[in-house]
Amino acid sequence: MRVWKYGDDVNTDMLFPGKYTYTASTPEEILPHLLEDLDPEFAGGVREGDVILAGKNFGCGSSREQPVVGLKAAGVLAVVAKSFARIFYRAAINQGLLLIACPEAVDAWREGDAIEIDAAGGRIRVGDAAFRFPPLPRELLEIREAGGLLPFTRRRLRKERNPGGAR
Amino acid sequence: MGETFAEKVLGGKANEIVIAAPHHLLTHDNTAAIIGKIAPELAEYGVARPDLPVIVLDHVVPAASEKTAANHKRIREFAAAHGIRHFFDVGAGICHQVLVERGLARPGRIIVGSDSHTCSYGALNCFATGIDRTEAAALLLRGKTWFKVPESIRVTLRGALSPGVSAKDLVLSLIGEIGADGASYRSVEFHGDVAGLSLEERFTIANMGVEMGAKNAVFPADGITRAFLDGRGVPEEGYRAVWADPDAAYVRELAFDLGEVVPVVARPHTVDNVVPVTEEAGVRFDQFLVGTCTNGRLPDLRAAAGILRGRRVAPGTRLLVLPASKAVFEAALDEGIVADLSRAGGIVLPPGCGPCLGAHQGVLAPGERCLSTANRNFRGRMGCREAEIWLASPETVAASALTGRLTDPREVTR
Ligand code: SF4
Repeated sequence: MRVWKYGDDVNTDMLFPGKYTYTASTPEEILPHLLEDLDPEFAGGVREGDVILAGKNFGCGSSREQPVVGLKAAGVLAVVAKSFARIFYRAAINQGLLLIACPEAVDAWREGDAIEIDAAGGRIRVGDAAFRFPPLPRELLEIREAGGLLPFTRRRLRKERNPGGAR
Repeated sequence: MGETFAEKVLGGKANEIVIAAPHHLLTHDNTAAIIGKIAPELAEYGVARPDLPVIVLDHVVPAASEKTAANHKRIREFAAAHGIRHFFDVGAGICHQVLVERGLARPGRIIVGSDSHTCSYGALNCFATGIDRTEAAALLLRGKTWFKVPESIRVTLRGALSPGVSAKDLVLSLIGEIGADGASYRSVEFHGDVAGLSLEERFTIANMGVEMGAKNAVFPADGITRAFLDGRGVPEEGYRAVWADPDAAYVRELAFDLGEVVPVVARPHTVDNVVPVTEEAGVRFDQFLVGTCTNGRLPDLRAAAGILRGRRVAPGTRLLVLPASKAVFEAALDEGIVADLSRAGGIVLPPGCGPCLGAHQGVLAPGERCLSTANRNFRGRMGCREAEIWLASPETVAASALTGRLTDPREVTR
């Protein structure tokens, strides 16, 4: 597991340049440009299970969701930041990407520290230190557990439109 | 304890999760990507309500490539196949402006959009906020979604703006003061002497709510709101305004003396990097942009034309003019504003987003600097990472276009 550390106010243009917004929408098209303007090494170096650490207001800016889709597809385990911009927060829940707002954990991390996360229990371990964060409310956990908002919606639609459960 | 605007509209206490059915769902060129996610479900269940979606083709118009053209075509076919009531094809204008002009943004409504500047309709007392494409797809199918009721910030405005100072200066000053995340996840309510602000000025302010991190930014409905809607054939019976109780609870309260606001600029590369124009006077620019959903309405173009009429933009610079809609463009034609701006050296672009997002029409070169009336100056926003974008009011952009350098509009005399 590798930890990628960035500063405050990482905006969505840095996570995924706006000029590709209308030419890249699938994970395969997004991945090569992920974090292109922030860290040119990221797209080639990121591996399943990596964690991103960042400062405050992560994901501010445009509502484009390629950054979230890309981070999820790249296998990023979680983004741990001091705080998140709201559209990004929402997009992450809807895609099933784990976001953890825990300023203490971000400050505690030193080069080489491993990070362990217990999402349901609201616990994060950074090197030798442990911190707590508020777990998601139940309604949102349901969406995350279904694998994101679309799988959740499909399930609901089937129930609502075919109450007999014929399908 | 009373309730805030957001608590009343959403029907829950701050920080509660509620399920609500928005009146409208705005999507633009990204509609193609949205419906692409749910093609089988759309075929099986259709859209939740044909009057829910508002689709405006505006981001890359007219199409700049085969790919964008194919996108537009797909959206047209979708709109026709599903009987979408509010579909606006290429040329109508920028989505936010069109939605408001057509009288769809009405007081007390909940409107969501897969565009971050959906918050603009707070100008008309809507609870309006941006969502992502996946959420938009789910909404198209089910017509309802979850909201976390935001905590609220109360901004009280006092007095009136001085000549040469605009609503853009006010909102940039506010963002400079509270920071790009100063209203993160919160509902920002504007109280006090709002009666002195026109609907267009409120639009500019609400439009930039997201640049302070806000979920929504909202004004009360008053005579100005009613007169605007009346002009669009929407009678008072067609909506119900909502406003906060006097004893509602706020996480933060701020007061702003409008008389003290001066012309300001946001320097690269964050919107909260705000200083008075006088502090950076003389900085040179290559390109100027008057327009976008922030400042592309008739009063904005009129203000720019007032400064530029009978003069020329500085040699070696380019002035782009981007009307927010076809209706704005035509009104500006009728008033002679288009001729004034064109003769002053301006390049008038078709109504739409144009250069604002860096996809076409006015992309910057490395090392270039643009002074723009848009709402974002992020690195790379206008298509080039090594370019700088500075943000200001239409008055400041026009005055600076005359000299080629950052200029306080109050210094330009007629
Ligand atoms: S004009 Fe710019 S900010 Fe406004 S909707 Fe278009 S791209 Fe977005």
